Amino acid sequence: MTETLLETRDLDVTFRRGRDRVPAVRDVSIAVTRGESYGIVGESGSGKSTVLRAICGLAPVSGGQILLDGAPIPDPRDAAFYRRVQMVFQDPYASLHPRHTIDRVLSEPLAIHGFDRREERIEQALAEVGLGEGFRFRYPHQLSGGQRQRVSVARALILEPQVLLLDEPTSALDASIQAEVLNLLDRIRTERGLTYVMVSHDLAVVAHMCDRLMVMQHGRMVEELTRDQLRGRAAATDYTRQLLQASKGYTPAA
Amino acid sequence: MAPLLTVEDLRVTFPTRRGPSEVVRGVSFTLGRERLGIVGESGSGKSQTGRAILGLTPPPGVMTAKRLEFDGIDLRRATPAQWRSLRGARLSMVMQDPKFSLNPTMTIGRQLTEMLRFHARMSAAEKQRAALAMLEAVQIRDPDRVFRAYPHELSGGMGQRAMIAMMLVTEPDLLIADEPTSALDVTVQVEVLRILDRLVRDRGMGLIFISHDLRLVGSFCDRVLVMYAGRVVEELKAGDLDKATHPYTRGLMNCLPQIDRDIRPLPVLKRDEAWAR
Repeated sequence: MTETLLETRDLDVTFRRGRDRVPAVRDVSIAVTRGESYGIVGESGSGKSTVLRAICGLAPVSGGQILLDGAPIPDPRDAAFYRRVQMVFQDPYASLHPRHTIDRVLSEPLAIHGFDRREERIEQALAEVGLGEGFRFRYPHQLSGGQRQRVSVARALILEPQVLLLDEPTSALDASIQAEVLNLLDRIRTERGLTYVMVSHDLAVVAHMCDRLMVMQHGRMVEELTRDQLRGRAAATDYTRQLLQASKGYTPAA
Repeated sequence: MAPLLTVEDLRVTFPTRRGPSEVVRGVSFTLGRERLGIVGESGSGKSQTGRAILGLTPPPGVMTAKRLEFDGIDLRRATPAQWRSLRGARLSMVMQDPKFSLNPTMTIGRQLTEMLRFHARMSAAEKQRAALAMLEAVQIRDPDRVFRAYPHELSGGMGQRAMIAMMLVTEPDLLIADEPTSALDVTVQVEVLRILDRLVRDRGMGLIFISHDLRLVGSFCDRVLVMYAGRVVEELKAGDLDKATHPYTRGLMNCLPQIDRDIRPLPVLKRDEAWAR
């Protein structure tokens, strides 16, 4: 299976304000295979989230191309695109409307995209992420961080997309809750044959979740590795080796 | 040598509509001139423990303890004037997020020299020299610029280092660091830890390092207290974390994904109500 589903070619993203130009992403080319889980690792400001945001139309693309199934994606993105590509954001406290019930959060995308059997789909989506019927008419403030992130996942899944863009989906969560959410994402991907692009600053999380990963620094690709290369510490660049070293915890001055 | 800090049966209680809620429930430990880690998940009471030691329990919370002694001073009976002379000068705290802990309307330099104005008798030139030296000590490459900068002009890592500089410029005996590196990138994190490490070794400072990151605490501290639901459930030598016996500590260790291990699904922590008792 080598069919490319999502691809970026020499992607550039530049933020402009007045006369200022901030090049956030430069020449990033990735090719994500159907059914693959692809990771993007880097430190803050490396542009890793911006790549995801550019794919779903939330960041100004200033050069290069983004292709889905070999075809350039429309700008602005159309409804058909969002049916196939959905995003889960980092902060479960900020990404749910505080005055909408979970039911409303989940029924809005269904209404926008004109889905039928809404009742059934909402019940099914909640069950799939491990939340019972009891959560349906609650507000976000009545849920814990882990439960909110499950709702975000349910909201993304309810449109039955093919690609999930995951922007640090567990970095705001406690370690034990992180394990639960990672297991959930892993299970759903296997069951539905989804394609993931996952951004994280945590190498261990990406190593666990992704078959292949790209390391980014200062808006550029540093290198691309498979999971086995990462395990074998077969990093080609100093920067990746530095990240690997730091992920082991503190080591007294070298 | 007498311990620097003795804590016995520390309790912090907040009143709620459903009656008092105890968030720290009988924590006891002693601290020498060493690095002590306090680990736990959110809501375990680790931060409230740190704040209670400094008398910073936010009202309407109430702190009680059988003993709370810092270098022979009974902190429970400290007057506001005594607290003022202790906090910042001998006891300091580094908070998690520089964005919310630095004064946005004052330059870093003014905030640093303000610490010295309260706690040391120095001329203005001496204060400035001490502040610049401290900025250099926390590995800020361009101390003159940072001295003149406002907090919003600095990156997260720089801001955190500036805050650590501010807390250390008075050379405290005890530093409580509450998630000092959680907002930082891993490579910056290592630098900040090295600074703290050096201060403990060279100046004989005592350090309480509060964190949710078991792996980090295990590799950085000498001793670790593991907190769950307001209690210390286990105390370990940092090197012995993998020999932890409490099911909570073990569960917390096991649920972390690791680069070299492929376990699917990840083991999930099963909470036992008996732990909270």
